[in-house]
Amino acid sequence: MSEVQVYKPVLDKQTKLVVNGLKVYFPLRKSFVEVLMRKPRLYVRAVDGVSFDVKDGEVFALAGESGCGKTTTGKAVLKLVETTSGSTYYLPSRGIMESNPYYALYKKVSEYGHIDLQGIPDKLFKPLRRDIQMIWQDPYGSLNPRRTIFEILSEALEIHGVGSTKSEREDIVAKALEEVKLTPASEFMYRYPHMLSGGQRQRVGIARALILKPSLIVADEPVSMLDVSIRAEILQLMMELKKIHGLTYIFITHDLALARYISNRIAIMYLGKIVELGDARRVIENPYHPYTKALVEAIPEPNPERRHVIKEPSIKGEVPSPINVPTGCRFHPRCVALDQHPELEELCKKKEPPLIEIEPGRYVACWLYTKK
Amino acid sequence: MSEPLLEVKNLKTYFYTLRGIVRAVDDVSFELYRGESLGLAGESGCGKSTLAFSLIRLVPPPGKISGGTIIFEGRDVTKMSEEEFRREVRWRGISMIFQGAMNVLNPVYTIGDQIAEVFMIHKGYSKREGLEEAKKLLQLVGIEPRRVKSYPFELSGGMKQRAVIAMALALSPPLVIADEPTTALDVVVQAQILNLMKRLKNELRTSIMLISHDLSIIAEVADKIAIMYGGKIVEYGPSDLVYNNPRHPYTRALLNSIPRLRGEIRDLTWIPGTPPDLINPPPGCRFHPRCPHAMERCKKEEPPVVEVDRNHYVACWLYTK
Ligand SMILES: Nc1ncnc2c1ncn2[C@@H]1O[C@H](COP(=O)(O)OP(=O)(O)O)[C@@H](O)[C@H]1O
Ligand SMILES: Nc1ncnc2c1ncn2[C@@H]1O[C@H](COP(=O)(O)OP(=O)(O)O)[C@@H](O)[C@H]1O
Ligand code: SF4
Ligand code: SF4
Ligand SMILES: [Mg+2]
Ligand SMILES: [Mg+2]
Repeated sequence: MSEVQVYKPVLDKQTKLVVNGLKVYFPLRKSFVEVLMRKPRLYVRAVDGVSFDVKDGEVFALAGESGCGKTTTGKAVLKLVETTSGSTYYLPSRGIMESNPYYALYKKVSEYGHIDLQGIPDKLFKPLRRDIQMIWQDPYGSLNPRRTIFEILSEALEIHGVGSTKSEREDIVAKALEEVKLTPASEFMYRYPHMLSGGQRQRVGIARALILKPSLIVADEPVSMLDVSIRAEILQLMMELKKIHGLTYIFITHDLALARYISNRIAIMYLGKIVELGDARRVIENPYHPYTKALVEAIPEPNPERRHVIKEPSIKGEVPSPINVPTGCRFHPRCVALDQHPELEELCKKKEPPLIEIEPGRYVACWLYTKK
Repeated sequence: MSEPLLEVKNLKTYFYTLRGIVRAVDDVSFELYRGESLGLAGESGCGKSTLAFSLIRLVPPPGKISGGTIIFEGRDVTKMSEEEFRREVRWRGISMIFQGAMNVLNPVYTIGDQIAEVFMIHKGYSKREGLEEAKKLLQLVGIEPRRVKSYPFELSGGMKQRAVIAMALALSPPLVIADEPTTALDVVVQAQILNLMKRLKNELRTSIMLISHDLSIIAEVADKIAIMYGGKIVEYGPSDLVYNNPRHPYTRALLNSIPRLRGEIRDLTWIPGTPPDLINPPPGCRFHPRCPHAMERCKKEEPPVVEVDRNHYVACWLYTK
């Protein structure tokens, strides 16, 4: 295994975020009987050793089917879930570096000023929380129905002590609404979420994420609940705001066709692990990993010829539970390529394939591509 | 050709609410032949589900069918008594896979019991006979027959949706309506469910009416397409024509908003504004406030339906001579 390059996230001047060996395990509750029988505690291995880097100003997509650990990865970056192991290194915005009195206290992990998010105690984290925000998937469920748009948006301002009077906060909220094109802002401010359409609600979600002027946004399937016909408008808005404010996005999605349009690089996740990583267009147009191939094949296309052909996606069975992750390559029980390469069977069933570079900037975790 | 399986003429289904009359389905006509599948597309709120509910006469109050006819197998079902309709048409003639049905399977009964019940109620079968039929149906939709003993929580999302489809097929109806049957399913499972529908269509010659806001899903199944906007069908025709040569500005906009897997990356386009309020729809062409081609006339007069190609109809002033 001499020239094999195993993936290692890069930490340099252009790096906004590094996620390294991240694991998030959720303990399952044991029943009384299980406790008595001294059964070992079981874990949901939601994120099971994930590494990637995100460049400053990049749109980095995290893709894969539901349950593969995308949201949990995003939450771990925001420190909304406890991580089991691994680290996240983050380069805050200039503004935060200069204005946050705690910044000097944080331990730096690079000469450029990256800090170790996991190493920061919760009470010192609050000022940083402003800098990393999340846009939630569900524009229906994520807004409190009993509060006006003004109340929803000014909540974060109050927590972080931005704007000292109500009228100051009204000005900030009005600007935020104008940015997401909910105009006239003075009208939208005092409406309730149920009075808005799905697209308008998601704009409120974006305004809420941006109101504290963050520099990294984790957007968790921000358009998946909306009609196809209005998705592009929301995405276009997100891209405009990115340009204006110099944002970096981690874009979580299960829609690969969409990821091809808006992201620079993409990581495909399966059962808590990244199986393929690289330039978004290249990965989607020419996938290498058997799982990525199956995902791409399964995407419907607006072509009426397709009604004449029945082509099953090349993947077997169903996703196993993240409580009992298969040995070796975790994809092996579903892998069609393995059936065609019986010589790999031993390896695939026993040894986990590393994420290796098979072309410049293109990484795949599959024994098919590893020269032994 | 023989007579159509289903012929809907000038159907109107309105909701009589305190705020006013919601014209959810407003003068809709189309027809469907045996073995043919129809895709019904349009944005949320345009009236797709209401149209489907009308066909099986389960429009929720305060809604009701306010005009038009629904001829199914030669008989106007709007004129039947509820008793007659339930005995002869609903489930036996036309069945429906409701939006989100897989999440409302009864958690305390096995799926076998739930399917068997359809046979017990409609065909007077015993429980044992019903369970035998349930096993055959599960096999047909790709679930192992031993799963009759499974409870919904023991099944994956894909299997639950297959079970729901099995239930809709129980009495071998010639027409099955599937309302957004793959929403909330992952792409791989979605592809499998769409393939199952194609098989039912090919092997059982079941007509499927597939409803979705996503034209790429509809393309997988439908032989003909109806595009709905604001309670009306604005374009209607064979799917080869509608996809390859869409005429209505709304259909074009819908197709252009779909991100593609291959080819040049051009800017995605979208449909600006919001769908109309169906209590006070815009006068003239209901699409005019969002249409890039709107003319003076569009704001005042409703466009007539014109046949632009063989069996391909469009309601738009751009196509009238
Ligand atoms: N708080 C939690 N407790 C237990 N299991 C969880 C929790 N949050 C997520 N999970 C499980 O972790 C796995 C990954 O979930 P998630 O990150 O939400 O995936 P995705 O966003 O890709 O759909 C799933 O199996 C999910 O059920
Ligand atoms: N029970 C109801 N009462 C009042 N209005 C309704 C009811 N159900 C649907 N509507 C209205 O009818 C219109 C069409 O709704 P629907 O048929 O559900 O559309 P779609 O299925 O295309 O999303 C919408 O404007 C909706 O608000
Ligand atoms: S490592 Fe083996 S089982 Fe895993 S994806 Fe590659 S060929 Fe399939
Ligand atoms: S009738 Fe006029 S407004 Fe309506 S779609 Fe045609 S051009 Fe546009
Ligand atoms: Mg998620
Ligand atoms: Mg509906």
